[in-house]
Amino acid sequence: MTAFLKLLFRNRLAALGAVVLGLILVLVIITPLLPLADPNVTSTGDRFARPFTQGHLLGTDHLGRDLLSRLLYGTRLSLAVGIAAAVIAATIGSAIGIIAGYFGGRTDNLIMRGVDMLMAFPYILLALAIVAALGPGLMNALVAVAAVNIPFFARNIRGITVSLAGREFIDAARLAGKGHVRIILTELLPNVLPVIIIAMSTTVGWMILETAGLSFLGLGSQPPQADLGSMLGEARAALITAPHTSVVPGIMIFFIVMSVNLLGDGVRDALDPRLKSGALSRPRATTRVDRKDPAPTRPQQGALDLQDLETQFHVGARVYRAVGGVSINVAPGECLGIIGESGSGKSVTALSVMGLVASPPGVITAGAVKFEGEDLLSARYEALRRKRGDKVAYIFQDPLATLHPLYKVGDQMIEAIQVHHKVPRSQARARALDLFNAVRIPNAESRLDNYPHEMSGGMRQRVGIAMAMVNDPEVIIADEPTTALDVTVQAQILALLDDLRRERGLAIIFITHDFGVVAQLCDRVAVMYAGRIVEEGPTQAVLDAPAHPYTKRLIACVPELGGGRRRLEAIPGLPPVVDKLPAGCAFAPRCTKAAADCQRGEIGLDRQGSRAVRCIHPEEALA
Amino acid sequence: MTAPALRLTDLSKTFPLAKPLFAPAPPGVRAVRTMSFEVPKGETLGIVGESGCGKSTLARMLVGLLAPTTGTIEFGEAAPSPGDPAAFCKLIQYVFQDPISSLNPRKTIRQIMDAPLKQLYGMDRAERDKRVAEIFASVNLREEFLDRYPHEFSGGQAQRIGIARALAASPEIIVLDEPVSALDVSVQAQVLNLLADLRRTFGLTYLFISHDLAVVEAVSDRVVVLYFGAVVEIGRAETIFNAPKHPYTKLLADSAPVVGRPLTAPEQKGTELPDPLNPPPGCAFAGRCPRATDICRTEDPALRPMGDDQLAACHHPIED
Amino acid sequence: MGAYILKRLISAIPVLLGITVIVFLIMAMIPGDPATAILGSYATPDNVEKLNRDLGLDKPLVQRYFIWLGNMLTGDFGRSFSLNRPVLDEILDRFQATLILAGVSFVLCSILGILAGVVSAARQYGFADKAITFTVLIGISIPSFFLGMMMILLFAVNLRWLPVSGMYAIYGGGDLPDLINHLIMPALALAAVATGVIARLSRSAMLEVLRQDFIRTARAKGVPERRVIYGHALRAAMVSIIPVLGIQAGFVLSGAVYIEMVFQWPGIGRMLVDAILKRDILLVQGGVVFVAAAYVMFNIAVDVAQSVLDPRIKT
Repeated sequence: MTAFLKLLFRNRLAALGAVVLGLILVLVIITPLLPLADPNVTSTGDRFARPFTQGHLLGTDHLGRDLLSRLLYGTRLSLAVGIAAAVIAATIGSAIGIIAGYFGGRTDNLIMRGVDMLMAFPYILLALAIVAALGPGLMNALVAVAAVNIPFFARNIRGITVSLAGREFIDAARLAGKGHVRIILTELLPNVLPVIIIAMSTTVGWMILETAGLSFLGLGSQPPQADLGSMLGEARAALITAPHTSVVPGIMIFFIVMSVNLLGDGVRDALDPRLKSGALSRPRATTRVDRKDPAPTRPQQGALDLQDLETQFHVGARVYRAVGGVSINVAPGECLGIIGESGSGKSVTALSVMGLVASPPGVITAGAVKFEGEDLLSARYEALRRKRGDKVAYIFQDPLATLHPLYKVGDQMIEAIQVHHKVPRSQARARALDLFNAVRIPNAESRLDNYPHEMSGGMRQRVGIAMAMVNDPEVIIADEPTTALDVTVQAQILALLDDLRRERGLAIIFITHDFGVVAQLCDRVAVMYAGRIVEEGPTQAVLDAPAHPYTKRLIACVPELGGGRRRLEAIPGLPPVVDKLPAGCAFAPRCTKAAADCQRGEIGLDRQGSRAVRCIHPEEALA
Repeated sequence: MTAPALRLTDLSKTFPLAKPLFAPAPPGVRAVRTMSFEVPKGETLGIVGESGCGKSTLARMLVGLLAPTTGTIEFGEAAPSPGDPAAFCKLIQYVFQDPISSLNPRKTIRQIMDAPLKQLYGMDRAERDKRVAEIFASVNLREEFLDRYPHEFSGGQAQRIGIARALAASPEIIVLDEPVSALDVSVQAQVLNLLADLRRTFGLTYLFISHDLAVVEAVSDRVVVLYFGAVVEIGRAETIFNAPKHPYTKLLADSAPVVGRPLTAPEQKGTELPDPLNPPPGCAFAGRCPRATDICRTEDPALRPMGDDQLAACHHPIED
Repeated sequence: MGAYILKRLISAIPVLLGITVIVFLIMAMIPGDPATAILGSYATPDNVEKLNRDLGLDKPLVQRYFIWLGNMLTGDFGRSFSLNRPVLDEILDRFQATLILAGVSFVLCSILGILAGVVSAARQYGFADKAITFTVLIGISIPSFFLGMMMILLFAVNLRWLPVSGMYAIYGGGDLPDLINHLIMPALALAAVATGVIARLSRSAMLEVLRQDFIRTARAKGVPERRVIYGHALRAAMVSIIPVLGIQAGFVLSGAVYIEMVFQWPGIGRMLVDAILKRDILLVQGGVVFVAAAYVMFNIAVDVAQSVLDPRIKT
């Protein structure tokens, strides 16, 4: 709760809203105690007194009533009615939504059909019809506004409930023997409540406006009682001669609604976990590069050369060192595997090459990426863009999420060509068709006109590969391209990638967590742990005789088909979180060979011939 | 021979489709075709298959979250009424694939652990605390975790909590639905070893569902291979992938990436599953099968014994 | 496409029937009998009974509903006692005026709102974003009727640029420039709130889309940033913006009631408010059903537009 308030008030606009709203609330609560004129005493002699006249701070209205007094009493009424309407609508609407969403099926269908029907009305028509039936009056206006808003809450809360009801913890509660009522009250409600509060705080301002609106039309509060809406309505006749009678209640409504909206937005931001992490910032076109030291000047090796690359995520005051000084290169025609567990920095390394790490929060803080003799990190946006997809292309993990859902795959292929080469569309389409055939998509011609959702996962990944190859790039970076696929499909995709690179002399950087895949596809492998390369060398040599204890133990704990039933060699403990890395070797706390000197200081990558290891007590001496 | 821990007889599940306004109702999607098998007490039965093979639907029927369309599920002597989780709870429990999502984010671990003890056994506070302490000790979790919330745990720890919750109901059988596929390999081995220890300690029977053949082979006594909602092969874990009888099992085994095996795409005609709305008349695998003949496309093969302890549903099984 | 439109039209039939049921039930809640209200001081027991019989009010509820529905389907919405003319004639006259006002407002708020939201998202945290966010905040907090009144004070009374109220000049006028002159203020006042709401939602829809993986793919392909935002991202964001436009159309139609009061615009909203105050039930009933039906049809158009944009919707 205190964390929530802290978060809320860190948002300066929300704090402003809270202060203004607080002032207004205090004012209307103590109104009866203030030395004010009776709001309903008329005095026709004093009508339309200007503001700041003696005895009438804000002047008087068309019947000579004190405007300040009427304003405060009117605000009281408007706030009370608006908030009451919001609470009623939220309670009934949420209850309906939860019941429909939880039980689903026919119950849901029936309830939501009814809700849809109510939502088929422009809201004021329904409100007008209700007021027409009940007769004008403030209570009736309240009922109308609440009733009109019930469907909004019902639909909103139902959506949330449906997604929650499908979650596994609800099944788990059922398996713990809980009944429906108990599940709704103790499992669902605590999770839905924040959403209800968000929905309420963002609509209460709106409901105050709506009740004021009905009063403005003469359908709400009836004279002599006045809320802000009816004050405005009465003042309208004298708008031109005595504008202050309109301006005073109008400004008050504006202040109330504005402060409620500011506060409501603040509440939403503070309660919505997606916004909490700052995740809703838009990533820039390229990753921000902010190097304290000058870029390394070593000459480039291979087709693509990463030198001392460091990429960090800056989230609030925390710094996550996702990639902590990675140097690696890949030669033409070579396939380099980067293997590691989640959080090891392997994907961030891959995305850093072409500046595709989401930024904010990503920042490249050191190193260089050398390609064709130039440092890509120093390149201007336009120069980098011209290389993206043309010289260095990517294949991503989940081909459903990584292809644009609204464009035909053929058009996406054609676009990939045309952003780099001025060729006519027909020629680009022919090229796309060639590649579809090259990646062995059956009925390639007709598949060009498919949308991604019309294809299976394996076919989509073939499209992803075809798209990466379409401009004959020098380097392909494949980021776990088969992880989302079934094993029989994976085998085909891997075989395809292997054929393509041998035919076309491609340099491939292949990111994976699977030793079997590395062993079959890659010439060389680099093992990453906590953002650094701990071992590197020819695949067969590393697999046969791993030098780093982590590599050795990681290989040992992966079961391999054909080994029969057995106990696996587990690695105790967890990988470190990269915002507080220990000094020295990050693996030392989990390592059986660790000695005191392992955690003392920086441990360098010891290179002997084609192999390298970052360990002072390696399993195997490198030849 | 004692009664099996679990016996399925003619179990199937068909999801009805919405009836169009002016046409008769369509036949529905058959997620699980009629299947029968037994699991002896103390066995670990592995269930493998690719996405869309019906393994999750099967699991949900076994624990009572879903009522079967046909068939019965018996636990030893008991046969609780289908589709009523509460009746199943004390007999069979479930460990979920996504450990974080199976824990209510707004409850402490103690509240989560208390629920089955309170609901199923009506224990009071002191009894519950004692029991929770016992269970936590057996899954190597510290008791100080009890007052924390799920988001404070890593995937591996959360999965231990999920296992602890399943144990709290004192079941005889636990269905493990891809229990390690969301975990990193180094943590995966920890959880698999823990499961093996618990099975021995408490004499549990496991149904271990996974898409990872190597993992299934490492933990199971026997393995069931599913394809398109039907059992295509059952056999002992040591032999089924080395000497598969069904071409689909062979395809699976050949597709798994293995260190030292050259990279070649295994023999098959396509990768597409049949359309579940319009299933083929014969063997569902015929469209992809290199051995398929005319009979495969017209007649659905029945599961029949082939060799020791091995059954396969194939007209042209692979001979040794 | 044609099949999809037909399907949507057929599915609208139960919704339309539901609307008539809801309106009928609400009107049936009216305490006392309308005859007394209509006859006012002429209400003698004999007169009331006779009028009730004429109006069919002595029959059971269900029967009365079907009679009313049947009459409406043949174009007979009854006769307004306060205006002494057929309800449908009055509705058609008034609806035209509302359609002009609300239609222009809707086009305005859609274009302005989406534009503001996209620019705001593209320059997140930049000056344009802050300026737009601030303006939008004011726009959605100010009651449209108050905004209208303030516009009258400024542009009509003080600056004398535009006419105070009405749809056409009372003496002379009646041509298109005259209409536009009278339309500017009410259309802008009406569009203000909806513009703000659409801008906010467009901004967050764009920010949401810009974080998606397929945007990263577009960048990895080397698509220029301008095209990433105004092509790939906007196209995908429209999928969530279009339904909002449908909902906002309802709000514009609703807001028109206030604006018509403030600017003396001879639309259907003012007609309804007058009819309620005069307890002219048939006019209220007819007006509500008519506008709701029009809104249902509009939403079908929105759905069709959505299905054109998004191939994942089954047609």
